[in-house]
Amino acid sequence: MAIIELRALSKSYRVYQKAEGLRASLRGLFRREYREVRAVRGIDLDVEQGEFVAFLGPNGAGKTTTLKLLSGVINPTAGEARVMGFVPWKRENAYRRRFALVMGQKNQLWWDLPAQESFRLHQQIYRIEPASYQATLDELTQLLDVRTLLKQPVRELSLGERMKMELIAALLHSPDVLFLDEPTIGLDVVAQHNIQQFLKFYQHRRRITILLTSHYMKDVGALCRRVVVIAQGQIRYDGSLSGIIDSFSGHKVVTLLLDQQQTANGFERFGQVLEFQPPKVKLRIERGAVPSTLAAILDQHAVLDVAVEDPPLEEVIAELFSQVDERYQQHAASGD
Amino acid sequence: MYARTLAWWTILRIGVEERLVYRGDFALATLMRFLPIVTQIFLWWAVFDSIGGVQAQANIVGYRFENVVAYYLLTMVSRAFSSMPGLASGIARQIRNGEIKKYLIQPMDMIGFLLLSRLAHKLAYYAVAMIPFAIVFFLCRGYFVDGWPDASTLAAFVASLVLSFLLGFFLETSIGLIGFWWLEVSSLLFVYMLLSYFLSGHMFPLDMLPAPWHYLVDVMPLKYLAYFPSAVFLGKVTGPDMVRELSIAAGWVVFFIVLSRVMYRLGVKRYSGFGG
Repeated sequence: MAIIELRALSKSYRVYQKAEGLRASLRGLFRREYREVRAVRGIDLDVEQGEFVAFLGPNGAGKTTTLKLLSGVINPTAGEARVMGFVPWKRENAYRRRFALVMGQKNQLWWDLPAQESFRLHQQIYRIEPASYQATLDELTQLLDVRTLLKQPVRELSLGERMKMELIAALLHSPDVLFLDEPTIGLDVVAQHNIQQFLKFYQHRRRITILLTSHYMKDVGALCRRVVVIAQGQIRYDGSLSGIIDSFSGHKVVTLLLDQQQTANGFERFGQVLEFQPPKVKLRIERGAVPSTLAAILDQHAVLDVAVEDPPLEEVIAELFSQVDERYQQHAASGD
Repeated sequence: MYARTLAWWTILRIGVEERLVYRGDFALATLMRFLPIVTQIFLWWAVFDSIGGVQAQANIVGYRFENVVAYYLLTMVSRAFSSMPGLASGIARQIRNGEIKKYLIQPMDMIGFLLLSRLAHKLAYYAVAMIPFAIVFFLCRGYFVDGWPDASTLAAFVASLVLSFLLGFFLETSIGLIGFWWLEVSSLLFVYMLLSYFLSGHMFPLDMLPAPWHYLVDVMPLKYLAYFPSAVFLGKVTGPDMVRELSIAAGWVVFFIVLSRVMYRLGVKRYSGFGG
């Protein structure tokens, strides 16, 4: 049985709309106009125990809303969800002791006190046995290399160090399910890498289930075998990261190294020229047309070397997001 | 039960520690409490002076200058229990910026947590403020013309202070929780502060009020924040009145406990339904 099950889960918000200007502000005093924002529109998803799943999607796609629904902060407008058999928005303590939510942009620790004070409080609220508390804390501080920072007030930690402390606070009660909302946001490359390594190791060791949202493809590539692309509140893709390229990119990038003697003109007829620095030419060619086009090129030009590659993942995803967006705009314009 | 007590103790301990982080601010806040009362005493001194002199047994609705000073010193004590700086605005802020989520995600009760944190802040404050309070009361002992009250009055005084703390806490918590509906409660809080300033007895002793008004003030909760404990100490409330007024105060405490619970429940429902 799946540890997380979502069925037709939907969430709409009412957002106050105000036209520009003072007159509209005055009108707003008496009559408010609201627009309904359908943040999540019927999501079905099953996640098995021990999976590490990434939610990808443009800003406002509904990723964070989904995590909020799963952690019980908000109630859905329609649909169902079960996490470990619990309905999240009932907010039972039995459920709350078994999951954790870490938000990269929100701080849960006591700002003016050393992190170890917050950890102690977590021990009490989550009723963690002293022995297991100490063992977990030792393990986590060692893995994240923050032992020397435990006595330093949280406000004096760097962003990366603080994120590590947030992770420790979230993991002290050994949750079975962990929700991470952009845990590496704003961190430098080294700190990002450290957090990734830790999450990978920890997830592998404990076999916990993690849902992660991130904008960094590196996070996703390093951590998650399964990727769920959410846009306009719906799931657009569910599968492996490399599968995104197969499903959404209809072309390949062909790089040719030409013989010096070659005139390098007329490549436009084979496909879109992405880069033209003789003797190197980079072309974008329809996936299906690659063999025939390549045969034609080799027939007509003296080529020293050929490389056929997938386009970069970031590009495909950016393209995917904009496609989805366009389709949505058309959809909206057609009056639905 | 043991686990819960331990959690409460930890919140209390961390609250005290947090309060002691900013030593300068803490010291200043402790001492600053004495400043307004000095100005108030000077004001009344001027008032009594203008109607015949401080020494000359002049009296205003039953109060001589000494009585007024004693009253204000005691009001300062009761307000040290009942005032809750930043409580309501803090709750509204947490609702607005989403920090409230913490209490929805973690197995922790927000109101209980805030109560313990506030208790911790108060304890830290009393521990330090005890010394200047003692000095001020010693220097002003001459103004307490009726001497030290007897044990039962003193017990009632302590009870009235505890009630004033609880009333102040749950009343301001209820105001802060309005933030679930309004998001911004600062204007409302301003109105409350203004009313409280007059009707709690912070500005003048409430028994100076003429007939129809003091009945009204009697049944309102505000007087139990400042006037009532002082009146108990000064021996103005005795016998059946004492029982009645302590009961009214306790009744208001219960009312605001229930109100804040209901508001929190409805507020969270609304928050999780619309916002988030």
